[in-house]
Amino acid sequence: MGYKNRVAVLGAGLTKFMRRAQETGKELCFEAARMALDSAGLELKDMEAVVMSTAPDAFDGVHMKGEYLADGAGGFRRPYMRSYVGGGSGVFSVIHGWYHVASGHFDTCLVVAEEKMSPCMPHPQAAFNAIYDQFTERPLGVNLLWIFALEMNRYMQVHKIPLETISLVSVKNKKNGLDHPCAQAGIPGEYTVKDIMDSEVLVWPVHRLMVSPVTDAAAAVVLVSERVAKRMTDKPVWVEGVGWHLDSSYWTNRDLYYPKYVEYAARMAYRMAVITDPRKEIHLAEVYDPFAYKELHHMEGLLLADKGEAPRLLEKGVTQRDGDLPVCPSGGLMGVGNPIAAAGLMKVAEVFWQLRGEAGARQVSRPVKRGLAQAWGDLMQVGTVVVLGV
Amino acid sequence: MSHHLKEFPGVPLKDSDIQEGKVLTTRWEVKAEYAWDTGVALGEFFAGLKDGRILARQCDRCGRIVVPPRMFCEWCHRPNDRWVEVKDTGRVNTFSVSFVLWDASRVKVPSVPAVIEIDGCTPGVGFMHLLGNVGTTLEEILARVKIGMPVKAVWRPASERTGAITDIVHFVPREG
Repeated sequence: MGYKNRVAVLGAGLTKFMRRAQETGKELCFEAARMALDSAGLELKDMEAVVMSTAPDAFDGVHMKGEYLADGAGGFRRPYMRSYVGGGSGVFSVIHGWYHVASGHFDTCLVVAEEKMSPCMPHPQAAFNAIYDQFTERPLGVNLLWIFALEMNRYMQVHKIPLETISLVSVKNKKNGLDHPCAQAGIPGEYTVKDIMDSEVLVWPVHRLMVSPVTDAAAAVVLVSERVAKRMTDKPVWVEGVGWHLDSSYWTNRDLYYPKYVEYAARMAYRMAVITDPRKEIHLAEVYDPFAYKELHHMEGLLLADKGEAPRLLEKGVTQRDGDLPVCPSGGLMGVGNPIAAAGLMKVAEVFWQLRGEAGARQVSRPVKRGLAQAWGDLMQVGTVVVLGV
Repeated sequence: MSHHLKEFPGVPLKDSDIQEGKVLTTRWEVKAEYAWDTGVALGEFFAGLKDGRILARQCDRCGRIVVPPRMFCEWCHRPNDRWVEVKDTGRVNTFSVSFVLWDASRVKVPSVPAVIEIDGCTPGVGFMHLLGNVGTTLEEILARVKIGMPVKAVWRPASERTGAITDIVHFVPREG
């Protein structure tokens, strides 16, 4: 590949995940950025560039949110750039930061992702309406849950997957989330399949306990060139692969049962990381799980399971923390919370901590040398993938 | 380093903290109004709906016939070639049953959003609309609606049509 620097993750920071934070978005950015710098043993003055990722401005009611958040993130008097691909943003922010360092332009880059969804009244759901086509979709009364319910039903029908199996994702991730110190109050817990199946039907087949919550939080990582990494740490975690891919916005013209764009994003990252057999060479995966079915759907797109096979791996316990391929050991969005852009970066931070053996109670049983974080978004059309390794 | 940290930053608030004025908030309401031009392709599509016809666009290079129509083929990245009137019948590609409105409030009688593959278009191509006459409870709807089920558009009376996607009231099951 034609890039100048090998890039390492040197530190990570995270705030609590909260339904409503007292802190502003700017203050949340500061806390996460500060923690990431402290953990890397660096100062803001050492950061040659800053990258910010945050989702729709409508949540905050603040236009040019990137600029509004910049001071908290440390993004002033230096090159600063915001990137945004909907739910895919948090993982994309690391790809964006990777480019800054890999290009040879910078030796250090602070990557911050923030979401404060709570200000939007009566419910942030309303802000999502403006993502749909104003002519063909909005007049029908569309809401965010509709399209995911449509995709979930298509996926279930094509592979004949029972709802009980999909509920197992909620059970696993909500249990894993109990060990995450940042988990949002009331989100993780010990649940049975029956609890999940008995929860309120929001938009069938989506039940309340199959959806991630609304969350305020921020996350940050410090990326550095190999030159800096070798001076700063004995345990560098390398960005071995990055990939992203966008499909058409005409989502009613393509079959939703399989996220082909996630596959292409994964293939791009695997090619760069020289991975030929992802099922053996990826040791843990933080797969994007805003809805329970998405974890399974995405595992297939990521080539970690054959089409229709992910539910069976889940049933066999392969994706548990003590399984052969732990998936969402953090608890994921279902077990920790879903501050859109910050949720994706939380997944990258989790892989970083797991690879360094610093995940505490969440540490997976098997030895891990390579992990993957993935996010997804826009109109069910973007896949973003980062592979980290030691 | 996360395992060394006892307490991560962040102060979670309860709804009561705001209701009881324990924290200060400032409120703002957006007043924004837009008039969107329907554009070339959707303009024609909506004019067609007003006449009770569904119009699609065909590309001669890839052969696809698509709705919602666009004047370009995004696959071939060239102008596509002609308008084609397709049928007002189709099949359910996928569906859901919604008890939630846009503001997260709940309804007792659900709506049934669906992707309808339109007959006459390339297989697998369609648009989102609503299903009607399929029951009022989840049980009834799940017993009635199946993926692959043939459906037919129910048009608003001609005098009430406005040239909008809602000129079709909904799609209802038909004998396939």
